[in-house]
Amino acid sequence: MKRNDGSPAAPAWRVPPTAGGAGAGLYVHVPFCRTKCPYCGFYSTPESGNERRWLAALEREAALYRGVFPAFDTLYIGGGTPSLLGAGDVSRLFDTLRGVFVFSAGVEATIEANPDDVDADLLAAWRRLGVTRLSLGVQSFDDAVLRRLRRRHDASTARGAIALAREAGFANLGVDLMYGIEGQTFGSWMRTLETALDHAPEHLSCYELTIDAGTEFGARRAAGTLRGMSETAGRRFLLETSALLRSRGYIHYEVSNFARGAAHVSRHNLAYWRGVPYLGLGPSAHSFGGDERWWNVRPLDAYLGAAEEGRAPVEGRETIGEEERALESLSLGFRTADGVPLATLRRRPDWEAVLDRLVRDSLVSVEGDRAVPTIEGFCVADRIALLFAA
Amino acid sequence: MAQIRNFSIIAHIDHGKSTLADRFIQRAKLVEDREFHDQMLDTMDIERERGITIKSQTVCMPYTSAAGEQYILNLIDTPGHVDFSYEVSRALASCEGVLLLVDATQGVQAQTLANMYAALEHQLAIIPVINKIDSPSADIDHTRVEIETELGLDADDAILCSAKEGTGIDDILEAITLRIPPPAGEPEAPLAALIFDAKYDPFRGAIISFRIFDGTIRAGDDIRLMSLGTSHRVEEVGVFRIDRERRPALRAGEVGYVIAGIKTVSDTRIGDTITHVDRPVAAPLPGFREVKPVVFSSIYPVSSEDFDALADSMERYKLNDASLVYQRDSSAALGQGFRCGFLGLLHLEIFQERLEREFDQSIIMTSPSVEFHFVLKSGETIVVDNPVHYPDPIAIDYALEPYIRATILMPDRYLGAVMKLCLDRRGENPRYGYPVPGRIELLFDLPLSEVVYDFYDKLKSVTQGYGSFDYELLDYRRSELVKLDILVNGERVDALAIVVHADRARMRAVNVCERLRKEIPRHLFKIAIQGAIGGKIVARSTVAPFRKDVTAKCYGGDITRKRKLLEKQAKGKKKMRTVGQVMIPQSAFVAVLKTNEEE
Repeated sequence: MKRNDGSPAAPAWRVPPTAGGAGAGLYVHVPFCRTKCPYCGFYSTPESGNERRWLAALEREAALYRGVFPAFDTLYIGGGTPSLLGAGDVSRLFDTLRGVFVFSAGVEATIEANPDDVDADLLAAWRRLGVTRLSLGVQSFDDAVLRRLRRRHDASTARGAIALAREAGFANLGVDLMYGIEGQTFGSWMRTLETALDHAPEHLSCYELTIDAGTEFGARRAAGTLRGMSETAGRRFLLETSALLRSRGYIHYEVSNFARGAAHVSRHNLAYWRGVPYLGLGPSAHSFGGDERWWNVRPLDAYLGAAEEGRAPVEGRETIGEEERALESLSLGFRTADGVPLATLRRRPDWEAVLDRLVRDSLVSVEGDRAVPTIEGFCVADRIALLFAA
Repeated sequence: MAQIRNFSIIAHIDHGKSTLADRFIQRAKLVEDREFHDQMLDTMDIERERGITIKSQTVCMPYTSAAGEQYILNLIDTPGHVDFSYEVSRALASCEGVLLLVDATQGVQAQTLANMYAALEHQLAIIPVINKIDSPSADIDHTRVEIETELGLDADDAILCSAKEGTGIDDILEAITLRIPPPAGEPEAPLAALIFDAKYDPFRGAIISFRIFDGTIRAGDDIRLMSLGTSHRVEEVGVFRIDRERRPALRAGEVGYVIAGIKTVSDTRIGDTITHVDRPVAAPLPGFREVKPVVFSSIYPVSSEDFDALADSMERYKLNDASLVYQRDSSAALGQGFRCGFLGLLHLEIFQERLEREFDQSIIMTSPSVEFHFVLKSGETIVVDNPVHYPDPIAIDYALEPYIRATILMPDRYLGAVMKLCLDRRGENPRYGYPVPGRIELLFDLPLSEVVYDFYDKLKSVTQGYGSFDYELLDYRRSELVKLDILVNGERVDALAIVVHADRARMRAVNVCERLRKEIPRHLFKIAIQGAIGGKIVARSTVAPFRKDVTAKCYGGDITRKRKLLEKQAKGKKKMRTVGQVMIPQSAFVAVLKTNEEE
């Protein structure tokens, strides 16, 4: 096996375990989008005018969980397109959540926004409500790529939105970017990264395009008119992105996520990967209570109907036993720079020999009592997890 | 006795034997119409699915002739495959005549010929029957010509029928009474009965099918199985009319069953003679021999902790299959298992399929091997049916391998392709004749090891399905044999080794490495597959590692989905064996024997 001499060893730091918080995470799904993006598999509906009903339903749903979860350490308003909500609606949403739930001091409150939705007033309103973190769905700074993705904004709108966010006082700004889009060259991607770096965002998410069945791209792939990235290309993009961002002071703390220092990781997302309980409100939202996971109905109608009748709008549940928990901690653990405790690996009888091989092949390093993936290891994290799955 | 007729139907595979038997059963009204189903006599799933007969069955049918006489017709249905030719010969020995069934759309085939020779050997009356006359592609005139020229029978005697449509059935039944002689024999003479099959019943033990040549057998009699020398008391005798029907006694000339507290079919021998303990017959009936396996393979549980369950299944399987032989075996790569011997490849395939389906065992089967003989410089001869036991090459003086005589019948336009196939398989001494214009009968001496795997499939493919094949074992011949070892990431995998002819070893090594490259899934590291002969690497291939395999996004809702995927993949992994850190799928172990001449 060729050793990957050029590749860095494991990241030389770890996000302190407390950064995920001892508390839980709260997610709110805003199911409205003006148009459906051809790659997006999240639930959304183009109909507008239902925002008030949705808010009212969400209030009733939230009430069902009063006192069930410990204090929330993070809040994430995602979607859909949360930035389609007017300032008044967001204000009412926050009032509701604060009225029902307890939040810890120093809560991380994130809202997802589309670059062409934000203006100074909306940003100021969010700041006043206590939003600490903004996640901007920029995707690219290349107009040709943005057109392929049929985004509503162009590159200059995106740059403007970042500037506005900074002026409004957002000191924790995340930018979401995508690669693997047809017509997008490696050069275009690197220029997008450089443009993003010009704005020195605190957080960068760099996702390879996932072609989901049930999306327009999924249908095109089935018809043979769209292909995903080759393995070789996907690997190159991931490794080069990591190298560039790390050289500019970012830490690569999860397969697709980078933060400018441990203080700026997305605490909410890290909680998912660390197995911290979370509550999801809104259509299609998922929740995790430690030994159970459940998920809400997807169609807005069904969600509204259930909530208005005072029923939990839950579509399905599953129990997470020891077996399931072990598998999840493997598959999630190897996605992050946390890695997994060595004890998790012991289910495979010859785990030491297997781990030894991974270390020799520079895919994993052992740090204390944990096995931690290297950047090379991130590229094949799913396979590494599978090695230890009993 | 004058009213009894014992007969069998012999035919090439797919020529309509089971369908004709079904029509007889319906005509005799042995089952209610609503209980009737196709292939009445083939009781195993695998027989119905593949349209073949594995176990002999008999059925005793009343028949009233056109002249108003009452007859008892005993049909002895025989397996249709060369693997079971000994069983067939014992069944034929129990008859006075046969229906020789020829498919009007295909004409005389290799097994038709082999079956006819077997019938002649037993001096049986032969009634040619031309089947499938309703088919649009039936060529009755040409079939008649083939019956005359290839079989040397009088085609005017042939009866036309369509077993599917039910036409000609009465003509056949009538001909059975008129043209097949009644059995001879003396009911008062000492008992001499021929065992031609035995089946296992969980409540009654072995149920022996037999034909009485002389004497009378009753419940309560003390009988002896002559070759084994064991004695038993008869609990029940009777005849099969689909279900067992008890009779007070069976006499010379009759065909039926006996239950005598015999535990398993392995406590009986097909071809053995049953006689009375207190009044034995002077000599056993002729033709008995011990059947010996010709093809060997090792089996292992896919998961090593399932060994005990496999051992238990083997024991239960053996209750009903006396020709399976097996013993404990162990492999460095695969752990505890069994070395098994089979009558042929079909027998092996049936075993594998039934073990998986009826006994729910997941097994790894190594590539089949024949029995090689090695004469050592010390003068000692050792017999090797497992490549693992290949002797130290320095000690070998010379080696011998088994040869068969293959008979291949085909339209003459395929001669070139079939000659090439046989020569590629180290065939020797070709002879051929033109039994009828346009058709060739080709005889070849071939090493058994070259036909055990996929020869028949290849023959079918080069003759577009028109070639047919039959063989008999000939002798052992000197041969240059070497052992081909397979190394996976530097580790020798004993269960992948094969013994091959020296001239072909390098080519085979290349083929095997290439096949394994396709069978072994990608891992996180590069996998080297090497073929070695006597420690020298002669072929190599590599399985490239994964370069990227990770989902880009994994948040709240994805976690369950992702775990489910992982569970599925982990389950697939359990179907593989880990050698070193390389997972090798079940299929790889047999794939080594597949050749790819066309590539």
